[in-house]
Amino acid sequence: MAVDRGDMPRHAFARAYLARTTFKNWSVGARLLIGSGVALVAAAFASLAIGPTGISLFAIPQAIGAMFGNTDDVAALQSRLVLFDLRLPRTLIGMFVGAALAVAGAMMQGLFRNPLADPGLVGVSAGAALAAIATIALGDSLAAFWVNALGIYALPVSAFLGGIITTTLLMIVAGHSGQLMMGTLLLAGIAFGALAGAASGLIAYASDDRELRDLTLWSMGSLTGSSWEKVAAVAPFALIIGVAIPSLVRALNGLLLGEAEAYHLGIDVPRAKLVIIAITAAAVGAAVAVAGVIGFVGIVVPHFVRLIAGPDHRVLLPATALIGATVILAADVVARTIVAPSELPIGIVMAIIGAPIFLHLVLRRGML
Amino acid sequence: MSKNQTSRTARASWQAATFVVALALAMLTIGHTSDARAADKSSLRILSIGSDVTEILYELGFGDQIVAVDTTSQYPPEALENKPNVGYMRALSPEGVLSVGANLILASAGSGPPETIRALKASSARYVEVPAGKSAEGILTKVEAIAAAVDASDAGARLKDKLAAEFKKLGQTARTVTKKKKVLFVLNATGGRIIVGGAGTSADEILRLAAADNAAANVTGFKPLTTESVIAMAPDAIIVMKGGRGGLDAAELGRVPAIRLTPAGKTGELRDMSGVFLLGFGPRAPKAAASLIAWLYPERAGSQ
Repeated sequence: MAVDRGDMPRHAFARAYLARTTFKNWSVGARLLIGSGVALVAAAFASLAIGPTGISLFAIPQAIGAMFGNTDDVAALQSRLVLFDLRLPRTLIGMFVGAALAVAGAMMQGLFRNPLADPGLVGVSAGAALAAIATIALGDSLAAFWVNALGIYALPVSAFLGGIITTTLLMIVAGHSGQLMMGTLLLAGIAFGALAGAASGLIAYASDDRELRDLTLWSMGSLTGSSWEKVAAVAPFALIIGVAIPSLVRALNGLLLGEAEAYHLGIDVPRAKLVIIAITAAAVGAAVAVAGVIGFVGIVVPHFVRLIAGPDHRVLLPATALIGATVILAADVVARTIVAPSELPIGIVMAIIGAPIFLHLVLRRGML
Repeated sequence: MSKNQTSRTARASWQAATFVVALALAMLTIGHTSDARAADKSSLRILSIGSDVTEILYELGFGDQIVAVDTTSQYPPEALENKPNVGYMRALSPEGVLSVGANLILASAGSGPPETIRALKASSARYVEVPAGKSAEGILTKVEAIAAAVDASDAGARLKDKLAAEFKKLGQTARTVTKKKKVLFVLNATGGRIIVGGAGTSADEILRLAAADNAAANVTGFKPLTTESVIAMAPDAIIVMKGGRGGLDAAELGRVPAIRLTPAGKTGELRDMSGVFLLGFGPRAPKAAASLIAWLYPERAGSQ
């Protein structure tokens, strides 16, 4: 897909490159979008229909009956609990988490023009983890007032705030006369990550065995704690991300060429960078808050889409969202049925199934 | 990328999508055939969460009524061997727990996560929280709560009396100990790292019941120690928890040079003991403490 640079002026080259990239891959992209949409619908149905209790979608009429007054039938009540209060919020949260993490990964890789970039680079994961670990380990002592005030929402709220605060600090550090210095951001991000990691380590060192177990499980990610309250809490973020993505496509496509080139294409680069980082922090913060740390999706899914449809963000961002959501739902169905009545952390399932598939794809295409 | 490759990729992704849809439909059908079973109200179907809860249920004679346990329920061994395991007590899956079809959920106070507990309380099963407690009174309270939940007040009272008597006898023996020994509780020893039970741990509690001083009382929680501080602690005896994977056992630990310098190393007072037995704080707690006393102060136990 090389465009002969020749003696073309830089911006003309940029335009030609973009035009070529987008035009050539559009039809594949459209097909990929439709395919991943269908896959997501199928995964959502599977997530609603499959579970260790064996209650299937055919119990829906019964469950709806139980919702409107008919409360004598124990089986109907159980169906209602499982379908509407356990599986449905879990499916919605799973879709959000998968889409948010995958899109955040795609945006970070576009922003840093680095295939290994993941949302962790802007400090949000480390900050969220530190806040969550502090809440788990200090919930009985130093942070007791916080835990008492927020009850079972103390953990997600802390994780979200921790992520946002860290990213804000990082952006202040890396800001220079209204411009974000990407090099500083990257290196300061590493320093922040190390500091937050050290603080988390200190707290983990001082915690008892029960807290340690909680910390470990939280850091492996799970959709177990999904509830309607959490769905309501992440809904605004889903909306923000959904609304913002179309307006970021042009900036991200321009940034693929370099900051100067993007500027020559007429893109407000400083603003675009700020918006991209803010949305990433919000998306990842919310996802980590409801489901703990889930790796893999943010790096692998965007690459998967690029391998099939190329780097055009018009296809990349929506397809990444759809596939990210599908992957999480599929992994969660396996996670909660394979060792039923217990369940596996979702991150483990995803890596075991996803890593070989991804490796196969990379080797077959011989590119990254 | 070439046109040929492109169309191949598109075809592959369609095939993948079709496969996923087919799979989902297939699973819908499977889900339908294994329909939800009806709960049998005439008999108890208990889900027991927590090693102490499971042990007490067995002691009360309700072992056969337990339909599933959690991972911590390692005694009696047949509980975990024969019954479905709903996972670790602090990471319970709500639907997984509901799928075992229990009509009574007896859960230790530390069970979680809170969202799961809330869903379980909303389910048709009765949810009873068993208080946590590591003292003699705490264990008797557990027995009382569990006996009330399964409606076995007679068996409960008998077990309480038996345990109270055992604790009383234990207390009498413990009081005759004039010179307490300093005991180090080693949770795990691997690669030069010795993890010991400090203040505030269950190990500390059982040592207190057994009239022993915790040699590691100046650290809090289960912590790794340098070999040098082990020498400084100068324990008279060392207990090594059995069941930890890959760690040294008492004999191996006794050959570690730093350990040989401690009083325990010199006299060879090192011993492997089962963690579930010592730290479970169920109905076997008095026996656990008594066996510690018998080992540490053989002359006292003999005088009983």
